[in-house]
Order: sequence, then C-alpha cells, then structure tokens
Amino acid sequence: MRRRQVNLWLGAALVGLMTAVALVSLFWTPYDVTQLTISRKFEPPSPTNWLGTDQLGRDVVSLLMAASVNSLTVAFVAVGIGGSIGTALGLAASAWGGWVETLVMRLADLGFAFPALLFAIMLAAAFGPSLGNAILAIAFINIPIFARVARGAANQVWTRDFVLAGQVAGLGRLRLTVDHILPNIAAPIIVQATIEFAVAILAEAALSYLGLGAQPPLPSWGRMLAEAQTLMYLAPELAIYPGLCIIAAVLGFGLLGDGLRDVTDPRLTRARA
Amino acid sequence: MQIFLIRRSLGFLATLFAISVIVFLVMNVLPGDPAVTILGIDSTEDARAALRAELGLDRPIWLRYGDWVWGAVRGDFGTSYFFRVPVSELIAERLPLTLSLAGLAMLATVLLGVTLGIVAAANHGRTGDWLIMVLSQLGIAVPAFWLSILLVLLFAVKLRWLPPGGFPGWDEPVLALRSLVLPTVALALVQSAVLARVTRSSALEVMRLDFVRTARATGLPPGRIWGRHILPNALVPIVTIVGMQVAAVVTGTIVIENVFYLPGLGRLVFQSIANRDLFTVQALVVMFAGIVVTANFLVDIAYALIDPRLKGRLA
Repeated sequence: MRRRQVNLWLGAALVGLMTAVALVSLFWTPYDVTQLTISRKFEPPSPTNWLGTDQLGRDVVSLLMAASVNSLTVAFVAVGIGGSIGTALGLAASAWGGWVETLVMRLADLGFAFPALLFAIMLAAAFGPSLGNAILAIAFINIPIFARVARGAANQVWTRDFVLAGQVAGLGRLRLTVDHILPNIAAPIIVQATIEFAVAILAEAALSYLGLGAQPPLPSWGRMLAEAQTLMYLAPELAIYPGLCIIAAVLGFGLLGDGLRDVTDPRLTRARA
Repeated sequence: MQIFLIRRSLGFLATLFAISVIVFLVMNVLPGDPAVTILGIDSTEDARAALRAELGLDRPIWLRYGDWVWGAVRGDFGTSYFFRVPVSELIAERLPLTLSLAGLAMLATVLLGVTLGIVAAANHGRTGDWLIMVLSQLGIAVPAFWLSILLVLLFAVKLRWLPPGGFPGWDEPVLALRSLVLPTVALALVQSAVLARVTRSSALEVMRLDFVRTARATGLPPGRIWGRHILPNALVPIVTIVGMQVAAVVTGTIVIENVFYLPGLGRLVFQSIANRDLFTVQALVVMFAGIVVTANFLVDIAYALIDPRLKGRLA
C-alpha cells in the first residue's frame, strides 16, 4: 500500500517538474540558447551560469531547459499517434472478431519484429535523418503495443452485462465501442501511455544521440551527449547533465505509470508484492 | 507437440517473408526512385539512368524483389554501392565482433540479473532486497549510451585502466577482450536490471506455493530448495524476458558499437546511411529484424520444452 503511493507521488512530482520546466522554457530561459559567445566557452558553474557554459559559450541550464521541450513533444506526438492508431485497431479487433481480429493481431506480432531503432534506420536511409522520421519510428512501434492492450481490455468489457444489454437494445458494434467499450478501457490505455512515454523519451534520446533524431540547432539531450562525448577530455561534466535529465524524465513517467497501474488495478499489486 | 512445432515454424517463415516485403517496400518503393536516394537530388538524369541500368532498377518491382529475396536466401545481398564489394563480404568481416559483443553481454546479463534477482527474493523485504530494487529501477531508466559515456569517463579518461574505444582485432586476443569490457558492461547493466526484477517476482511467486513450504519443512538445505524446486518452476517468465533481451541486446549493439567506435555491423549501418549505401542498409535491417524474430521463435520453442503444463496444452 505505501510503496505504490511512493511510486505514484515521486513519479507525479518528477513529471510535474519536467512539464513545468518545459512550459517555462517556451517563454523564458536564463539565456538565449541561439546566442553563441565563443569567448565564454567552457566556463565553470557560477552564480550567473549555474552549470557553466558549453563549447560554444551557451548556457548549459538554458540548453537543458530548451531540450526538455523537444523530448516531451516527441514523446507526446509519437505516443499520441501510435497509441490512437493502436487503440483503434485493438478495439476493431475486439468488436468484429473473426478475420479482423486475426489480421490485426498478426500485424501486431509483425510490428514487434521492428524495434524503433531499426525502423528509424530504414527511414533515415530512405528519406534522410530527421526528427519527423524519428517520431514516425517511435509512433510505429507503439501501434502493436496499444493494439494488444486495447484488444485484451476490450475483450473483457464485451462480456459485461451492460454491453450485453446494449446489444439486446440493438446498438451497433461501432456505437457500443465508442460509447461503452472505450470509456471502460481508458484506465489501462492511460497507464500504458504513461509507460510508453518513458520509453519514447529514451528512444528519442538514443536516436538523437546517433544523429537520426533532432538535427542542429534544435536542442536535444541526446544530441548534447553526442557533442559532449567528443569533448570528454576537455569538459567531462558536459556529458553528465543531459544524462541526468533523461533519467529524471524516464524515471518520472515510469514510476507514474507503475503507480497509476497499481491504483487502477489493485489485483496486480497483490500479484507482484 | 509436433503439430505445435510445425505450426510455429510456418508462422516463423511467414513472419520472415513479411519482414522482407516491408523492408523492401519502405526502402525501395516509398522513397520513389532509389537512384535519387543514392546519388542525391542534385544528380543529373543521365547519371541516374546509368545507375538504374547498373543496379537493375529499371526492371519491374516484383522482379527486383524476387531477385533480392532469392539472392538473400543464398547469402547474396548484392554489391555495396559505396565499398564496391559484395555486401555479404562486408557482413562476414564484421559479424564476429557484433556476435562476440552480443554474446558476452547476454552472458553477463543472465549471470548478473538472475543472481541479483535470487538475492533480492531470498532477502525479501530486507535491506538487500530494497537496495537491489531501487538500483534496478534506476538501471531501467539509464540510457545505455549514457552509461557507456560515464564508464569511459571513469575507466578510460580518469583511471586509464581500459581503452576508451576502438578495436585492435582478434590477432591480439587480450587487447581485443579488454576493449570489449566497457561495451559489454554498458549493455549488460541495463538489461540485467530488468532481468533481476523479473527473476525476483517470479521466484517470490513460487516461494509462496505449498510444495516449497513442504520442502522447507522436510529440512532440505536452502541451496537444494532453490536449485531443485524454486528456480525450475520460476523459469518460464525468466526465459521469456531473456528471449526479448536477446533482441534488445542485438539491436543495442548498433548503439553501443557507435559509442565505442567498434567496427561491427552497427557501425556499418551508420556508415552506410551516411554513404547512402541503400542496399547495404537494407540487408542489415533485414538481418537484425531476422535475429529479433528468430529469438522470439526460439523462446516459444523453449516454453514447450521447459514447461510440462504447456506441453500438454500445445499438443
């Protein structure tokens, strides 16, 4: 009982902080991240630049803040697209059954054969690397995940009395799905989305680190790490901060997702205790 | 059992076929003209036409797909446009390094993950358990490439115990192994965090069951109870995760090889993207996806072998 509350609140606090920082950075950062002052490069932390400056004299705190927008936006768009398509497919599979269900589930199995990285590599080779392609790749791997979760949850709801009553009353499958099934599978979908948010932030960071995601000059934690790696002997601390931000974000959404699942589905807590 | 094996094998082959179609479509058809992809948009129409003729791109799409698959089945992935050597040759040169890295990382993952999981479960509710769980929660959130950078900072830049990257070749086995230590640790730490959690919860499930209590009551030593009663029954979820981790580790090598400048298949993928070497990327993507699918297939087979309850149901 106590542990799940800790997960939930720690996760919520981290996610809240991260979102607040991202929102603030849309209007204000301590320094302009596009402003280069080469004469002030590699400055140590000081009261004016809390974490010092990078190889181009940019304020590291400002860069980290601006990069959080990129991470959250990519995760939101990618999980949003993949989650919506996946949920719709899963609901359709559950509502119509038969060959529709078989087809959707086989396609979902196939989707699992392509990790986001492979998909991003394919898109980068065919269309050139870009943030858009990275988002598409992350969205794509979310489709089969949500299709499975939605179908599993929906199949349970279809056996409930109020759905049977709706069928007897002559409601069509589409109407039942939209009005009655979807609201009743919202909890597992939201939990999954929160967890996939964490995965998406991790994936975006890795893709941007490899040069397949955010392109310069867009600030991104992954790209900051790639640049810092080449300066490891000059300014090792630059390779620390973006990693800590990634961990905080991933941990935040992961814990929040776990906490939400425990709250919305108490059966699981007992099974995992 | 046999019916299950045949059905599962057919499904496996169908998946491989579907993967080849998807990869071919995404890389050859969606972008429009592969000649433009390879030569760039500022190329002349003459150069494109010459390349199309050279690579056989002027033939119907289904014929190109057929040739590609038929070649791939025989181990012929065409010629690398950039390196001007057969793609299969490029792969053969780099595969041993990638497989060694993946193999070492899997070995370390299983040893570390299962051990930590057992220690946590055996000390359920005590400090050791709590510590392992907190560390593994952190481990899951740590990007492997960042962990790599930290390891390099500590062990290569500061302590100078291990090389920061590169690979001297297998002619010098000691140096070669030394240069694989940090990449292996980077891949394995994150994965063993996941495995430790699964091992712990699976072992805890089994430890609650009556036959374990009976074994305890009869005075069997703890080592025997774990070895003969708890672990064999806790194995199914562990094998599932290990199978998924083979896939994660193999694709993880793509990232890690680039962090440590290791000349394996992962480096080759990125060189080929930069060189617009479309057919090399195509071959590598199919190979990596093939490894992922094969790992899943083997896990399914392993289920049937380790879980007698499933054996009956699958027959």
